[in-house]
Amino acid sequence: MTRTGTAQGTGLGIDPRGPRFGAGVTAALLAVVVLLGGSTAGLVLLAVVAAGFLLGTIRGAEGTWQGWVFRTLVRPRLAPSHELEDRRPPRFAQGVGLLVTGVGVGLGLSGVLVAVPIAAAVAFVAAALNAVVGLCLGCELYLLLRRLRPRSAGGGAQ
Amino acid sequence: MADGIVTLAVVMAVTAAIGWWWLRRQGAVRTRPGTDARDWTDQGVLLGARATFVQLSAAVCAPCRATARVLGELANAHPGVTHRELDVDENLDLVRELSVLRTPTVLVLDPAGREVARMSGVVSRRQANEALGTVDHQMIDDGRTRT
Repeated sequence: MTRTGTAQGTGLGIDPRGPRFGAGVTAALLAVVVLLGGSTAGLVLLAVVAAGFLLGTIRGAEGTWQGWVFRTLVRPRLAPSHELEDRRPPRFAQGVGLLVTGVGVGLGLSGVLVAVPIAAAVAFVAAALNAVVGLCLGCELYLLLRRLRPRSAGGGAQ
Repeated sequence: MADGIVTLAVVMAVTAAIGWWWLRRQGAVRTRPGTDARDWTDQGVLLGARATFVQLSAAVCAPCRATARVLGELANAHPGVTHRELDVDENLDLVRELSVLRTPTVLVLDPAGREVARMSGVVSRRQANEALGTVDHQMIDDGRTRT
C-alpha cells in the first residue's frame, strides 16, 4: 500500500518518551557491563539486559520492565504526551538490541568473555544515542538490511 | 575495573562524536547538481508546477511521520508544491536506483522531475523551506542559461 500525505501508523500508539526513558536505563546498565569487563558479573548483567530486549522484541518496548517502570513511576509525574507514536519503530530497535547483546551472551557462555564488554559497548552506543538525541535504529538500519536481501525473482511483488 | 573506566570513557567519547555528526546531518539540504530528469509515473508521482517532495518512508521509522506532516503542510500552503510518500518495501528497485540508505529520505524535484536536492533524517519546517528555495533558485539559474 502506498501512502500519501498524512501517513498513519496502525492501532493505538505509545508515549514516545517511554522507549527513550527505557533506552536511558538500558544504556546505564550497559555502561556498568563495560566497567565490569570480561567477567562473570558482566556476563550476568548483560544477560539481564538481553532478557529485557527479548521481552521488547516479543511484546514491544512498552512490554519490557523498563516500560513498566516508565508507566508506573515516571509517566504519572509528567505532563500528558502531546502525541502518540507507532509501536513498531521502538520494537525494531529492541530486536537489534537483542541481536547484539544475544551474540555477546552466547559468546560469553562459550568462554569468549571478551565479547561481553564489546557487545555491551556496541549496544551502549545505540541505546545512549536513542535516549539522548532520539536516534531511531529502524531509520538507520531497516532499509540497509532490506537492501542486503537478494532481489526476489519476478519483480518482488508482495 | 581501571581498564573498564578507560574503555567506558572511550566508548562515551565515540558515542558523543557519532551523536554530534548524526544531529548535524538530520534533514540537511544537500544539492544534487547535474542529476538527470526521471520518469516518475511508475511511482504514481504527479509533478508539481513548482516543486515535488518525494519522501521514502518505512513502517519502523517514527521520524518519517513527523517529516510527512511538515512536508504535507508545506504542500498545502504553497500552490504548485506536491508531496508524495512512498514505502521503501514497495519501491526497493527505486531505492536501489537512487542509492537511498536510510529513512526518511526526501528527494526534492523540479517541475521536470529532476532531483535538485536531497534530505535525509527528520526534516524541520525551516529545512523544508530551504529546500523549496533551492528548487526556485535552480529554476532561475536554468532560465538564465537558456537566454
